[in-house]
Amino acid sequence: MFLINCPFCGEREQSEFKAGGEAHIVRPKQPTELSDDEWAEYLFMRKNIKGIQFERWNHVHGCRKWFNMVRDTSNDQIKAVYKMGEKPPVK
Amino acid sequence: MTNNLRFKTSKFIDETYRVSFKFNNKTYFGFKGDTLASALLANGIHLVGRSFKYHRPRGIMTSGSEEPNAIIQLHDNSSRTEPNVRATEVEIYEGLVASSQNCWPSVNFDIGGINNLLSPILPAGFYYKTFMWPASFWEKYEYFIRKSAGLGKSPKVADPDIYEHKYIHCDVLVIGAGISGIMAAKMAAKNGFKTLLVDEKSYLGGSSIYDNSEFSKINNQITSSWLEKEINEISKLENLEIKIRTSVAAFHEYNFLLARENLTDHLPINQRENKVRQRLLKIRAKKVITATGSIERPLIFDNNDRPGILLSSAIKKYIDLYGVACGENNILFTNNDTAYETAMSLIQRGIKINAIIDNREQIDSKISYEVEKNNIEIYKGYTVVDTCGYRRINKISIMKLSKDGQTVTGDKTKLNCDCLGVSGGWTPAVHLFTQSGGKLKFREEDQVFIPNVYPSDQISVGSCNGDFGLEEIISNTLSSIKKFLDIDNSEYKTVETISGLNQSKRNIWLLPSDKSIGKTKSFVDYQNDATAKDIKLALREGFRSIEHVKRYTTTGMGTDQGKLGNMHALGIISETAGTKMGEHGTTTFRPPYTPLTFGTIVGRNVGEFFDIFRRTPIHDWHVANNAEFENVGQWKRAWYYPKDNENMHQAVQRESKAARDSAGILDASTLGKIDIQGTDASEFLNRVYTNAWSKLAVGKCRYGLMLNEDGMVYDDGVTTRLGENHYIMTTTTGGAANVLGKLEDYLQTEWPELDVYLSSVTDHYATISVCGPNSKKIVSKVIPDLDLSDEKFPHMSFKNAKIDNIKCRVMRISFTGEHSYEINIQANFGKSVWEKCMEAGKDFNITPYGTETMHLLRAEKGFIIVGQDTDATLTPIDLQMDWIVSKKKYDFIGKRSLYRSDTIREDRKQLVGLLTENPEEVLEEGAQIVADIKKSPIEMLGHVTSSYYSPNLKKSIALGVVKGGKNMLGQKLIIPMENKNINVTVADPVFLDKEGERLNAKL
Ligand SMILES: [Zn+2]
Repeated sequence: MFLINCPFCGEREQSEFKAGGEAHIVRPKQPTELSDDEWAEYLFMRKNIKGIQFERWNHVHGCRKWFNMVRDTSNDQIKAVYKMGEKPPVK
Repeated sequence: MTNNLRFKTSKFIDETYRVSFKFNNKTYFGFKGDTLASALLANGIHLVGRSFKYHRPRGIMTSGSEEPNAIIQLHDNSSRTEPNVRATEVEIYEGLVASSQNCWPSVNFDIGGINNLLSPILPAGFYYKTFMWPASFWEKYEYFIRKSAGLGKSPKVADPDIYEHKYIHCDVLVIGAGISGIMAAKMAAKNGFKTLLVDEKSYLGGSSIYDNSEFSKINNQITSSWLEKEINEISKLENLEIKIRTSVAAFHEYNFLLARENLTDHLPINQRENKVRQRLLKIRAKKVITATGSIERPLIFDNNDRPGILLSSAIKKYIDLYGVACGENNILFTNNDTAYETAMSLIQRGIKINAIIDNREQIDSKISYEVEKNNIEIYKGYTVVDTCGYRRINKISIMKLSKDGQTVTGDKTKLNCDCLGVSGGWTPAVHLFTQSGGKLKFREEDQVFIPNVYPSDQISVGSCNGDFGLEEIISNTLSSIKKFLDIDNSEYKTVETISGLNQSKRNIWLLPSDKSIGKTKSFVDYQNDATAKDIKLALREGFRSIEHVKRYTTTGMGTDQGKLGNMHALGIISETAGTKMGEHGTTTFRPPYTPLTFGTIVGRNVGEFFDIFRRTPIHDWHVANNAEFENVGQWKRAWYYPKDNENMHQAVQRESKAARDSAGILDASTLGKIDIQGTDASEFLNRVYTNAWSKLAVGKCRYGLMLNEDGMVYDDGVTTRLGENHYIMTTTTGGAANVLGKLEDYLQTEWPELDVYLSSVTDHYATISVCGPNSKKIVSKVIPDLDLSDEKFPHMSFKNAKIDNIKCRVMRISFTGEHSYEINIQANFGKSVWEKCMEAGKDFNITPYGTETMHLLRAEKGFIIVGQDTDATLTPIDLQMDWIVSKKKYDFIGKRSLYRSDTIREDRKQLVGLLTENPEEVLEEGAQIVADIKKSPIEMLGHVTSSYYSPNLKKSIALGVVKGGKNMLGQKLIIPMENKNINVTVADPVFLDKEGERLNAKL
């Protein structure tokens, strides 16, 4: 079980959190302008990387805030956490 | 027979405290300090079970948690009965009852033993290959397989014991209290780290605590004496907590570990009352030091599984710690020096050693010379090729090994013995390390896997790190712990060691035999009866991955997870396949390290604490009025209220008729309620619902449908505009938490610019729905000050009101198609307002109805239930609810998906009504819908989602989803059932009062 450093609350057990999939996928501002393929790209396509992945997490049984995490999915090392809207602190 | 097996010289055994116990219905005696295994051995008993597949007699093989054979059933026929317990770990107490579990009818005569004779036709994968065909026979096979293959018996009644969970946070966790663990704990604790030291045994010190040999000394003292002083010292340290009988079950990422602390299993049953039996420790450690030691390897040769064959280190422990000799005519068979330590222990007690068989041609160590001096014959460069004795070993055959170790030469010599100690060297116990995500490397020189890459702040020390010599263990532990803890003071000035052992080893994974491999039974996994032959067969049949070979042969898949034989399996695979060790990977060791009881896993979460129930504020009234309940999410909802022995059908018919004819009352408190405030609240609703919200006037209500971004229906409910910037949203009972989560997600991540605040107020209000032609009269009695005229209070509007000075919100909304009101009041007044309504409705036969009637009433009106009539594959268009999708709005969640090529298909499943040809016939929910039953295979068009007998329409009605159903109105379809085909006609899903006359009737 991970120990996750919520950017608002500090270190908490993973059981307090919910994972929310890949981060930095912006909902298109004008969905109606998009072709089926473009919309499908937003809707369905995810990278699911083995290695460094940027993902969304929610402190659901805590402050209920969403934030971003950089995690190496090959060894579950959390490289960084940062607030929504912030730039990733690592590449 | 027994006296000459017990040596009353062990300080770990209290021979003044005699303990009686029962094994297979016979009474025996042991002493306090004995394990069940040591006590049985002292009574001359080796044979304790039968093997899983061939039912071969099996004896105690080890002295610890790695035991594959001595698996017993504890407390047979009692509520405390427990299967698959290792006799080597059970501490005996007065009155203990145990029995062999893998034999029928008895351990000495076992009917399954016939499998042993049939073994040529029981190769690897036999069960998979044979019993799976024909599939319909499986049930018959299973009965016999289960009966003759003992997996132990699970208890039939509730566990009387108490279990609990406990969190522990520490700076340093040390796992294993052997020599390295004790040193590590002392260094950590003395340097200010809050330290926890755990060990699975009932004593500290590991195998060194009974090492009284003159051949290994620390600072010129016998190892055990030096270690006792160390233990004495650390037990006084303040920031060191020591837990014995505590086995680490799992080592997860981020140094999160689970351990089972055994508190009462060693006590007589009558001393366990009101005590916690086992505690699951949830440990989060900043740093972890793993000092789990190593497990002695057996040797793989023909018939290497007979009772009386033990690990040589186990023989030593039984003598030195328990004062028990495993045999009177011993032979040791080894490929390294450790067996000579066992030999010295035997010699010191005057126990006869008939011979030592050593794979090695050259042996050069002080200890081996000492053994030789005692006139013990050592067969150098020999191997055991066979053993004899059905219930106990009585003979071995040995032959000379060829130079390359691949074949045997010369004559066969037979030697008598009643006990054979085997030693194939040591395997570091890296199980926990690999569980934590650690990567191993293979050390070629002595053929062991050792820790290589640590995934967290942890370190392995001692023999689990591949350090086997005493000097190596001590000096490496000192230097690595100093570095790991970043400390200058090791607490140890100088530690000088002497060891008479040499680390040389002649490793041969599968020892050669004069017989062909097909004629041998060289066991690799004792518990699951997997032999070297099976592994070779698997490779011949094309399996390459270790994980596949493991599953095909079941090697390592027993309750012991192959702690003894996994390395040999890997070795045989790589030798046979001609690959390098490590190339095939290692098998994965999964938690728990040793089996856990269900009690430990659930702790206090039993009975009513197993899962939380939510009860409405009116719950007690429902109970008092004979309601049957149904679980909806975590809620207990009143299902129906049977009167005078009514069954559900009868109660629902009565309730639903009353609701339409006069008045019904429903506890709707479980509906999710979200309070929405902020200057952008209207805009927010516009974006999350499919219909338009900006023009909804204050005081009005509107039904809304919420989609996922993929266009599929997610939730629905009525939302009311309480003020300019204030709404209250209702959600489905089951969807409340998810809807709130989803809305928060969009607000925080996609639309942070919106000024909107959400609060869940589900529990804050009780919701009472009064419906039916007399609802108006009833509500006007309960809230006389409220003007209920259609002009002042039309359908889909809301009013603030007061009942006895308590503020409440009243909505005129309807889920039944009847004129109805929903009273929302502060939760703690819910029950009294409900009772007020009941009182006011007395003259109108007000009838409480439950969820079943609610479902029927809404189905008559064709109202959907999200989650029953929908399943995340239906769009609003599929539901024939086009009217709720705004054409004008630029965007809302899921809008774009409504005209993807897939969602505009005409032949999607669409919601329709279904009427049966015979109006009395009620369809089964979930039943398949087809058009043509002659076609093969029959094409499935859809299924029934809701089905009821309507007393108001006096006929059966159903909703269902059917491919292209929208255009099938009036068409005949078939519902094939097990013994009949039911004819149905596709109908409008609104069965009752399509014009809404009931809703709008002047009352
Ligand atoms: Zn937080």
